[in-house]
Amino acid sequence: MKLHSSDNSKTLKMNHRFIGVLLILWIGVWSLKAQSYENASQHQCLKCHSKNSYTYMNTVKGKEEHRLMNPYFVLDTVAMASGVHKQFDCTDCHSSEYASYPHNGNLKLEPMNSCLDCHGGDESFASYHFERVEEEFKKSVHYKAYGDNFSCSKCHSQHTYMATARNSSSVKDIVDYSNKMCLSCHSDMKKYQLVSGHENPQLVKVHDWLPNQELHFQHVRCIECHTEVTDSLMVSHNILAKEQALKNCVECHSADSKLKASLYKYQNLQKRSEDGGLLSVLSNESYIIGTHQSPLLQLASIIIFLAVVAGIVIHSMFRIFKK
Amino acid sequence: MGSNKIYFYPIWLRIWHGFNAIGIIVLIITGISMQASIESSLIAFNTAVNLHNVAGIIVSLSYLVFFFGNLFTKNGRYYLIKISGFLKRPVKQAYYYAWGMFHGMSAPYPLSEKRKFNPLQKYFYVIVMYMAVPLVIVSGIALFFPELIIEKVFAFSGISITAVVHSAMGFFISIFLVIHLYVASIGKSPAENFKSIISGWHHV
Ligand code: HEC
Ligand code: HEC
Ligand code: HEC
Ligand code: HEC
Ligand code: HEC
Ligand code: HEC
Ligand code: HEC
Ligand code: HEM
Repeated sequence: MKLHSSDNSKTLKMNHRFIGVLLILWIGVWSLKAQSYENASQHQCLKCHSKNSYTYMNTVKGKEEHRLMNPYFVLDTVAMASGVHKQFDCTDCHSSEYASYPHNGNLKLEPMNSCLDCHGGDESFASYHFERVEEEFKKSVHYKAYGDNFSCSKCHSQHTYMATARNSSSVKDIVDYSNKMCLSCHSDMKKYQLVSGHENPQLVKVHDWLPNQELHFQHVRCIECHTEVTDSLMVSHNILAKEQALKNCVECHSADSKLKASLYKYQNLQKRSEDGGLLSVLSNESYIIGTHQSPLLQLASIIIFLAVVAGIVIHSMFRIFKK
Repeated sequence: MGSNKIYFYPIWLRIWHGFNAIGIIVLIITGISMQASIESSLIAFNTAVNLHNVAGIIVSLSYLVFFFGNLFTKNGRYYLIKISGFLKRPVKQAYYYAWGMFHGMSAPYPLSEKRKFNPLQKYFYVIVMYMAVPLVIVSGIALFFPELIIEKVFAFSGISITAVVHSAMGFFISIFLVIHLYVASIGKSPAENFKSIISGWHHV
């Protein structure tokens, strides 16, 4: 009996604790809401990190001061709110010490999690094959040249990354999203030099053998020509040396275009490029010379051509023998 | 009457025709080559693209010669179609080609200064020169400058429609060319008409 009552009081205590935890959680959620990226001016970090200037309290002079923000530290809150990590708040990844300003200088030394630190070995992300991606990435020119200094984040901002290729149904959007990653560095001298310490080659000049360059860069991804397609991965990550880049037009401009195994393999796009009916040809956003051969039209044109030739042959027979 | 000669093809027309014929043949060959993109074809893909572009420009410019030549000289009147007998006349000519000419019938529409083309021929020339070729040129220019094209026409993408029109008209012109070459061989002798389009003189 005694035992029983103490048991009871124990559960009661547990319940109290449980409610306490719930309360803390609820307050947590509530304060998270107040911290939402959408309401930037209220957010403890974004009130500075989403604007071109910021205000802080100079405790030495005892007055507020205004300063310009480093443009590279201004975050795109719209993109963040739709990125894959929108659930996170800043301090889930960054130290909570950042809440105070001036930031503690030692925070610079804080190691950040890499994609693999969180996603490696996690079953719920298996379809993304993070480990295989890393393996491929480690064979790429970038990793070979710069090792761990070239992290996944050089291409994928943890703030804003979206799995566009997987989710978008517009080739143009997929291409645009993907190419901006490469161009953010390859056509930005500062960022390029940050990594390499030398000047970046002029992309337009490097690719001047390609006609309609602008059109191509809008309709194919850089990785189409600069990686080898691996069937098991959605996006090949092994950027090859320039000598191995694709230069042969027919690889894309042909009935069994390479693009079918890469850019067009995403299921949401596949439906359209698979059946070659006239309607599907007409509704495609891109027209790639050589690829959209509608079997029906092809058959029709061959039949018409043969009929004309047959007519001519018969007619000339008559002309020869009937005269 | 037997050796009567008519100056049918003035010099500007022959120049147009020469450029046009060579240009269109190049366009057909390179066009098929790009469309089929046969891996080891005789013409490399980018060579085909370049040749196709150059030939397209030549044909477009020479089309201006044809268009304004027929607008401002009396050669244009040979292309006017009469309303009366709109269907009867070409049918009669077709009947002649299919049956009459093998049964001793004489040509229903003999050529003269007034009539350079028989009705069937006229219809074909008008359709090709005032519909197919202009359409091919316009759609070709659009594909050359794709930024000119409207992105969406209803549910269809502008560029695909343009491309389909371009290929379809190109195909139509190819078929025309085959028939044109064959029918041109029907004359006093098979080579007669070909000599005429080069010399300008036609024996009636
Ligand atoms: C009062 C304005 C202000 C607030 C609030 C603020 N920051 Fe900053 N932050 C800055 C400025 C300015 C810099 C540029 C470096 C410097 O001046 O210390 C910066 C730099 C940083 C850096 C880059 C450090 C480096 O050198 O690489 C990070 C990361 C950062 N802030 C995260 C945060 C986080 C997370 C929060 C919210 C918890 C936050 N900041 C709140 C103004 C602010
Ligand atoms: C999912 C984890 C994650 C979240 C959430 C996150 N960051 Fe970051 N942040 C990083 C990583 C990783 C880096 C380092 C990027 C690199 O190595 O280039 C970084 C870098 C920064 C920098 C330095 C400039 C830059 O872009 O490289 C600033 C400033 C910053 N974060 C601010 C913030 C603020 C403010 C928030 C909240 C609104 C936030 N971060 C949320 C992971 C995160
Ligand atoms: C701090 C840990 C952490 C880091 C670092 C991190 N992620 Fe994530 N990521 C997560 C979590 C947790 C989720 C699930 C979020 C959710 O479900 O809303 C997620 C979601 C994703 C998703 C969406 C998965 C899905 O099925 O919806 C992708 C894609 C992704 N992350 C890619 C990356 C990439 C690429 C990097 C490196 C640039 C990275 N992540 C770095 C923790 C992390
Ligand atoms: C040189 C640039 C670059 C680097 C470095 C890079 N990636 Fe990517 N990654 C891309 C591009 C481009 C895409 C396609 C973008 C999209 O999802 O639309 C992509 C897509 C992905 C995807 C989504 C694929 C899918 O199945 O939908 C994941 C996951 C990913 N990368 C993980 C990583 C990881 C992990 C690393 C580091 C080991 C890394 N990436 C390094 C360029 C890069
Ligand atoms: C953060 C900067 C950065 C990003 C992002 C980036 N690169 Fe690079 N890339 C470099 C640097 C630096 C080099 C020079 C490497 C060297 O010195 O060998 C390079 C080299 C290359 C080379 C040439 C290799 C050779 O043989 O010379 C190719 C091709 C290339 N990158 C393609 C891409 C593609 C495709 C993407 C996007 C998926 C991309 N890069 C994203 C910085 C970047
Ligand atoms: C149609 C195929 C194709 C596309 C699309 C393409 N490239 Fe290339 N790229 C090549 C080829 C081929 C070379 C090698 C050129 C040479 O060596 O003459 C090359 C060379 C390069 C180099 C090496 C420059 C140097 O000389 O060091 C870089 C960097 C590069 N490309 C980046 C990109 C980026 C970024 C994109 C996307 C905006 C892109 N490429 C799109 C085919 C392509
Ligand atoms: C990585 C695949 C790829 C390679 C390699 C490639 N192309 Fe393209 N090309 C495309 C795509 C996709 C388009 C479609 C653009 C659109 O949708 O309008 C295109 C469009 C074109 C066009 C414009 C067609 C128009 O609509 O006006 C020309 C011309 C062209 N390519 C020529 C070439 C030549 C020449 C080469 C080789 C030097 C080449 N391409 C290599 C993918 C490729
Ligand atoms: C090697 C290719 C060609 C040859 C050998 C050829 C031959 C001829 C000949 C012999 C004539 C005069 C007889 C006649 O009127 O039937 C002619 C006229 C004509 N050809 Fe062609 N042709 C060729 C290509 C083309 C092409 C590609 C087109 C148009 C797309 C074309 C359009 C015309 C027209 C419109 C005329 C009439 C011109 C006039 O008298 O006003 N020809 N051609």
